[in-house]
Amino acid sequence: MSFWGYPRPDGLVGTRNHVAIVPTVVCATATARQVSDNVRGSVPFLHQQGCALTPSDLEMANRTLTNLALNPNIASVVLISLGCDPIDIDGIAEKIAASGKPVEKFVIQEVGGTIATTEKATRVARQMVSDASRINREQFDDSKLMFGAECGGSDTTSGLGANPAIGAAFDILVKQGGRAVFSETTEFIGAEHLLARRAVTPEVGQQIIDFVRRYEERFLEKGVDMRGTNPTKGNIQGGLTTIEEKSLGAISKGGTEPIEEIYEYGERPTRAGLSIADGPGFDAPSLTAMAAAGATVMFFSTGRGTPLGTPFVPVIKVTANGPSYEKMKDNIDFYVDLTRKEHIAEIGAELYAEALQVASGRQTKSEILGQDRDNGLFLVGPLA
Amino acid sequence: MERKAIVLNSKDNVATALTDLSAGDTIELAVDDKPVSVKLLNPVQFGHKFSLIDIKAGSPILKYGEVIGEASMDITPGEHVHVHNVASTRGRGDVTAGARK
Repeated sequence: MSFWGYPRPDGLVGTRNHVAIVPTVVCATATARQVSDNVRGSVPFLHQQGCALTPSDLEMANRTLTNLALNPNIASVVLISLGCDPIDIDGIAEKIAASGKPVEKFVIQEVGGTIATTEKATRVARQMVSDASRINREQFDDSKLMFGAECGGSDTTSGLGANPAIGAAFDILVKQGGRAVFSETTEFIGAEHLLARRAVTPEVGQQIIDFVRRYEERFLEKGVDMRGTNPTKGNIQGGLTTIEEKSLGAISKGGTEPIEEIYEYGERPTRAGLSIADGPGFDAPSLTAMAAAGATVMFFSTGRGTPLGTPFVPVIKVTANGPSYEKMKDNIDFYVDLTRKEHIAEIGAELYAEALQVASGRQTKSEILGQDRDNGLFLVGPLA
Repeated sequence: MERKAIVLNSKDNVATALTDLSAGDTIELAVDDKPVSVKLLNPVQFGHKFSLIDIKAGSPILKYGEVIGEASMDITPGEHVHVHNVASTRGRGDVTAGARK
């Protein structure tokens, strides 16, 4: 099978052709929003972090913004910093340029305020959109795709239908030689032994166990009960009793193929196949992790219904909750009928076909409704 | 006939409601193709769980054939199984903090 995508200088293939407007720090976020408002065809990454970070969080933010900008759905990049913020805007710009992608950077304190920066950056972004619009879609084998999978606003139906359907679509792509990533380490707690069993080597299996333990220990160290936080109040109302139950349903979105590797938040996989990006169960920063890993089409299962998309990457909303689908049809793209549960492979193939259409340019509901501008960066803390 | 509840694995000791169920309803289920019948003691909402057998306090609750927590009190067949009678055993910083004191 094949799809129509955008070729990039580094050999990767995008499903979108965005000009990215990326602030390095919250102090530059309003400016990035204004530049993007001025230039149709550009998409901002509106986040509220980027300062007062511990050394390890700073390193994570640098690599996340770098790899996010390297996502093949982005044709070119405008970086905007304040100037006194700690993010390495020069290093990020150099790495983007090394990939062959056009990039320009603006430092508000050097340019002289936000009005001047907005003007200059708008002019550059306008030219970038003009240049990007000359790149045509070409036909590519679907092994050039990379899927991501998220679950949010989960209830029991997520684990019964929506996540298994996404997992079936993952299996199809991985068998074709493509890439797929899932995340949300918190929601492996209680199911990590099943993931470790699917690792390609015992070492990778042990790494999966270690990543989950590191995450769980953050809760143990703080002396808090995770219940009520994860599963959330909404999860519990939806019938999910414990994190173990939620996790067992959540991991089915990763399908059944072998797990090649697990890596830190903001990193990219080093090989084809199925991989895991470390990250929180909190949807926004988790979507960012998968966009940074290189996902070009994402699935997002929801039981209770959520509108959230993510900058640069089309997100296909999937639910197996009939009443939620009826109530939130404006936001949810794909319905999994639980009475067809025996035919989950067939439903997965239908979802896969929809993903190929989206990869070729069909707009998802979160894109059309502008739910694809705001997001977050993960941090472990403490903030200084 | 529309299916009212589902058992995901033959090891499971709970079923999941696929529609809102009332106390007194008798639910017919198939576990490993064997018919199982349970009379509900409580109302069980769509997506919530009920017990198939007697589960003693401290015993594991099984769904997907895996442990999802343990019974915090004795549970009888047909009883709603949720946060009021099941405890998670993971991410319990409150328990480890108590043990440290």
